[in-house]
Amino acid sequence: MSTVTSTSGSGAPAAGRPGTGRRGLPARLSGRFSGTLLLVAAVLVLLSFVRVITGQEDITSSGTMGAALRLAIPIGMAGLGGLFAERAGVVNIGLEGMMILGTWFGAWGGFQFGPWWGVLAGIAGGALGGLLHAVATVTFGVDHIVSGVAINILGAGVARYLSVIAYAHTPGGGATQSPEIKRDIQTVTLPVLSGGTFFGWHSPDPLGSLERHRWFLVSDLAGILHGLTAGVSLLAVVAVLLIPASYFLLWRTALGLRLRSVGENPVSAESLGVPVYRMKYLAVIISGGLAGLGGAFLSIVGSSIYREGQTGGQGFIGLAAMIFGNWRPGGLAAGAALFGYADALQLREQSAVHALLLFTALLLALLAVRSAVRRAIRSAVFSAVAAAAFAIWFFGSDAVPPEFVSFTPHIVTLLVLSLAAQRLRMPAADGQPYRKGQQ
Amino acid sequence: MLRRGLLLLAAPLLALAVALVISSIALLLSHHSPLSTYSKMVSYGVCSKAFPDAPCTAESMVSILDRAVPYFLSALAVAIGFRMALFNIGVGGQYHMAAVLAAGLGAAVSLPAPLHVAFILAVAVVTGAMWAGIAGLLKVTRGVSEVISTIMLNFIGGGLSTYLLVTFFKAGGSDNLSGASKTLPTSAWFPSLNPLLKALGLTAGDTDLYGFAIVAIVVGIGYSILLQRTRFGFDLRASGVNPWAAQASGVAQKGMVVKTMLISGAIAGLVGMPHLLGFAHKYSNDFPAGLGFTGITVALLGRNRPIGMVLGAILIGFLERSAQVLDLNGIPKEIVVIMQGTIVLSVVVAYEVVRRAEVAAAERAVRRRLDSDDGPDAGPPPEPQASAAVPV
Amino acid sequence: MAAPAVELRGITKRFPGVVANRDVSLSVARGEVHAIVGENGAGKSTLMKTLYGMHRPDEGAVLVDGKEMKFRSPSDAIDAGIGMVHQHFMLADNFTVLENVVLGNEPTSGGRLDVKRARAKIAEISDAYGLGVVPDRLVEDLGVGDRQRVEILKVLYRGAKILILDEPTAVLVPQEVDELFGNLAELKSEGVTVIFISHKLDEVLRVADSVTVIRAGTTVRTVRAGEVSARDLAELMVGSELPTPETRESTVTDTVELAVRGLTLNAPDGRRILDDVSFDIHRGEVVGIAGVEGNGQAELVETLLGLREPIAGSVSLGGQDITHWSTRRRRESGIGYIPEDRHRQGLLLAASLWENRILGHQTQAPMVRGPWIDRAASRRDTERIIREYDVRTPSADVPAFALSGGNQQKLIIGREMSGSPSLLVASHPTRGVDVGAQAAIWEQLRDARAAGLAVLLISADLEELIGMSDTLHVMLRGRLVAQLDPARLTPEELGSHMTGAALRDTG
Repeated sequence: MSTVTSTSGSGAPAAGRPGTGRRGLPARLSGRFSGTLLLVAAVLVLLSFVRVITGQEDITSSGTMGAALRLAIPIGMAGLGGLFAERAGVVNIGLEGMMILGTWFGAWGGFQFGPWWGVLAGIAGGALGGLLHAVATVTFGVDHIVSGVAINILGAGVARYLSVIAYAHTPGGGATQSPEIKRDIQTVTLPVLSGGTFFGWHSPDPLGSLERHRWFLVSDLAGILHGLTAGVSLLAVVAVLLIPASYFLLWRTALGLRLRSVGENPVSAESLGVPVYRMKYLAVIISGGLAGLGGAFLSIVGSSIYREGQTGGQGFIGLAAMIFGNWRPGGLAAGAALFGYADALQLREQSAVHALLLFTALLLALLAVRSAVRRAIRSAVFSAVAAAAFAIWFFGSDAVPPEFVSFTPHIVTLLVLSLAAQRLRMPAADGQPYRKGQQ
Repeated sequence: MLRRGLLLLAAPLLALAVALVISSIALLLSHHSPLSTYSKMVSYGVCSKAFPDAPCTAESMVSILDRAVPYFLSALAVAIGFRMALFNIGVGGQYHMAAVLAAGLGAAVSLPAPLHVAFILAVAVVTGAMWAGIAGLLKVTRGVSEVISTIMLNFIGGGLSTYLLVTFFKAGGSDNLSGASKTLPTSAWFPSLNPLLKALGLTAGDTDLYGFAIVAIVVGIGYSILLQRTRFGFDLRASGVNPWAAQASGVAQKGMVVKTMLISGAIAGLVGMPHLLGFAHKYSNDFPAGLGFTGITVALLGRNRPIGMVLGAILIGFLERSAQVLDLNGIPKEIVVIMQGTIVLSVVVAYEVVRRAEVAAAERAVRRRLDSDDGPDAGPPPEPQASAAVPV
Repeated sequence: MAAPAVELRGITKRFPGVVANRDVSLSVARGEVHAIVGENGAGKSTLMKTLYGMHRPDEGAVLVDGKEMKFRSPSDAIDAGIGMVHQHFMLADNFTVLENVVLGNEPTSGGRLDVKRARAKIAEISDAYGLGVVPDRLVEDLGVGDRQRVEILKVLYRGAKILILDEPTAVLVPQEVDELFGNLAELKSEGVTVIFISHKLDEVLRVADSVTVIRAGTTVRTVRAGEVSARDLAELMVGSELPTPETRESTVTDTVELAVRGLTLNAPDGRRILDDVSFDIHRGEVVGIAGVEGNGQAELVETLLGLREPIAGSVSLGGQDITHWSTRRRRESGIGYIPEDRHRQGLLLAASLWENRILGHQTQAPMVRGPWIDRAASRRDTERIIREYDVRTPSADVPAFALSGGNQQKLIIGREMSGSPSLLVASHPTRGVDVGAQAAIWEQLRDARAAGLAVLLISADLEELIGMSDTLHVMLRGRLVAQLDPARLTPEELGSHMTGAALRDTG
């Protein structure tokens, strides 16, 4: 999984993986970067190949990609929230609860004052959950997991109660859902390439027409790009931009250095005058705010309504994406994208999911070849056996049961954790209670 | 000893008070009187009185106990993990997997009554243990945190149990719209305790008091004996408070992790049984959900102590039952969900505060009672290793 | 005459129930290396924390350059030009040297961390004092000596003119100690004042200009380093009653209890930690292992207890091959264990004393019968230990954390001596305990040895090693490099073996 982290690692002195601190840093990083490009290219070719063979156009269609983006954003925002908290040493299992608060307050603000106000309200709601978590874990030293679980329970309770009070007498609203949010957040489309408007000029849509040609690779690439650049909610754009922004804040500013130092070695940070408690509070409140933003995106952009159970565990998947991404922004974005894609494909075209079995088999076969070339016999055999299993599954069945698709992200997370746990590196003091003045 | 008892009670009472204050604020915000709300809840919860002049029956009590039974079992499953500093957040996935297999396989065999029930319980216990064991194995072999793996296994277990139900266990017939499994034969029904109630002169209406309560009590006693009186329990608790010392004392930590997860999962496998054997007699998609998280609440409330957890489970059951009267009075019954949430959060904070007070008190007591001639020490003594979740 | 760089007047610091510092006064001249020596627990660290603003004294005054200071936090001390290098390094392993150094004091430009400026400043300081620190390396890749230099640079980066070094040589190998002393000389020549805390007297005499001795929380005397011997300092440190741990007549028998042959252990990363270690311990014999900390002693102990798996070699106990036995089986067969860090490996701090009595003896009578714990019997036996080993506690029901360090250690020793063990592995048995408890512990070890116990003694206290051992091995980089006769050995000779100097001399 080391390739996944490359987007966030370029040139930073903090690209803190074992062994990268020595001489030859630029060469290593560019090697990692080109490795990522190679992997992306290989995945693209494979996807395209599978699409042509199976005729499942939705595998790389712009519609799937657009949906994948929409589904990935709540996961990514929750993951980013987890990143802030855990980089400051606070494990945040409460992301789910904070996200629920985000969906409720987002919908309420959107319904009352308009969608952008809703976004702000959602952030505030999540941040409130974060504040509670900070009070419990930082000030009172409560176990992080225990507090997180409590906040999940509380978040669901608060949303339920507030719904009864606020929505009981509204059209279409009730104990379990809000009325519809009337106005949408505007969408944008990239001009010139995807047919967006440019100073009143309707540009042509070259990517869209390329996609329709169904050419090998070219149409796939066009479909993917078109899906990511046409009709994208402005809030999605903001959310995506938050990923590099978080990277910049955490790894390139003094504040970020202090925040991370609290998660690595709080005793040392305190001895240098870093206000450890304040940093943790700040990080956990930001964490809640981001989870809240993810929730607000779900209710405002995702469905124009608050519905009970809307988050469906996406806060937990966000946490998983963050671990998958090795506690780095680029990595968690890749994890969120993967989970969003799997979801989107299942929602749009159940049978396309079946084609993914073939894709997985081919990918594993490639990995087996790579391992064999590198003489890593054990992992080569392992990959080969897994590839064969997926191939048999593909040829021996007509469809993947929908229940299986629903827990794909969770299986993937477990697999990644069990196969790459040694290579993952969480902040050194993550999850440890800290009391001022301790030695 | 009395002092210590008071301290023990201080935390939950403090938490309850905080929860009442916050709920009162929430009620006032929605223009309802807190006092009359609480008094309605109490008279309905204790006496089943929906109206002031209604007769007092035991129906509410029975309903509360029926809710408390699975909560208590779930809490036991969580608590045994807590005692070893392991977080089994996956009780939900474990009992769903256990219940669907128990219902499916139970309907597929025919056995005489006691054996049939025993068979179903065995299936449930083994399934729950296996499902939790995955997390244990992943932890010791691959270093995967059980917090993450049990959360993931919750989702996987939820999906897989639906799949198993739909694919293998769904009953035939066009009237089976809910997609439930085949109904268990009566030989697999767990008798209710209503005859006992009748003997005591109590009327419970149509509600059955789960006979499974007896099993829960037995498991609770077993839990207590195992932890407090046996060598295995000592090893488990020692590993929970100080894994390094436990290891140096000869407790193989990896084995302990797996064993604890297996036991926790085995108890978790029982969580769905009161409902399956005592009420529904089949598994369906509307099988009770969320019992795992309630179990965590109850374990935290009861501080992993059996009696504490019994009281905690009854408290949660009371809140849920008594809430039903509120709708009749135009008060949002969801207020109890807020109560539950605030109780959990404030109880863990309160326990931590009390724990710190206890540590300070113990140190003072020893210093006071000893004419200390040890000379100057290097500084304040270290904190004990126990965290709020895992008291010794 | 200029005001002293640092002056402490009548400092008293109390913790609940304990007076850690009582009426401490000392004065450190500018540009000197001033050592503060005292036994473990004498109150050195407490004093330095006062000076560094980590807590406030209950009485007395701190003066820097003649001005009275009221430090509320380390930041205040840093502002006054005081810097501290802690015994346990305060570095984030996953950060670069640069990040560790600038943390809390970052140069920025327009919100960004100004890495270029930071790098230049670090290089400048590193060059000025000859520290040789590379800013972009990851701290986890650095050796101990490098990390210490990073700590020193961190302090200098904040403009410190007064440097406190807390037991800086405890973790260093001899070459690194030499390098450190070279660095200190350089710092001194640049006008930096150094306060050097230690209990290693030979080192103190090598590096310090003047020495202040602390005993039982208060200052005894300040002397010029050139005018005293190590023996003089030692007597000042412990007062008149200098307890010398001497074993009397030999009780060594011919029966080999523990035989270690060719024991070899690798770290998870493949580094060799123990290299072909072989030795015997007879019944009634104390075998001491001397060595600078970190040369494999701790790992040897853990391997003997079955906590680590060796890649080669064998261990036999009483004639039985136990190389592949589990820890529990080893403990059952009679290995007692006094761990180096009692809080980590020896006690359940939050549990009662009688529960701690069971720890390590979970399968042994009288506390346990079959699968059952016998609480009453365990309480009774704990009370026996409390009586026999003079553990100061109101009862067997108090939690272990409430006891003082010395009493905790006495409880552990009482426990490990129970059930007639055949081998006692004692790792730093008197570390961090007061003088009285130390003498008692030595006495108990001697008695057990006379009763036929085989003892493996690991210690950093050379007097203890020489006085207690019948046979002494020296461990260096995972190997046993010398076997010495403690009867004809001075601490100085032993020290030179430990540093490997003797090896070099003899070729």
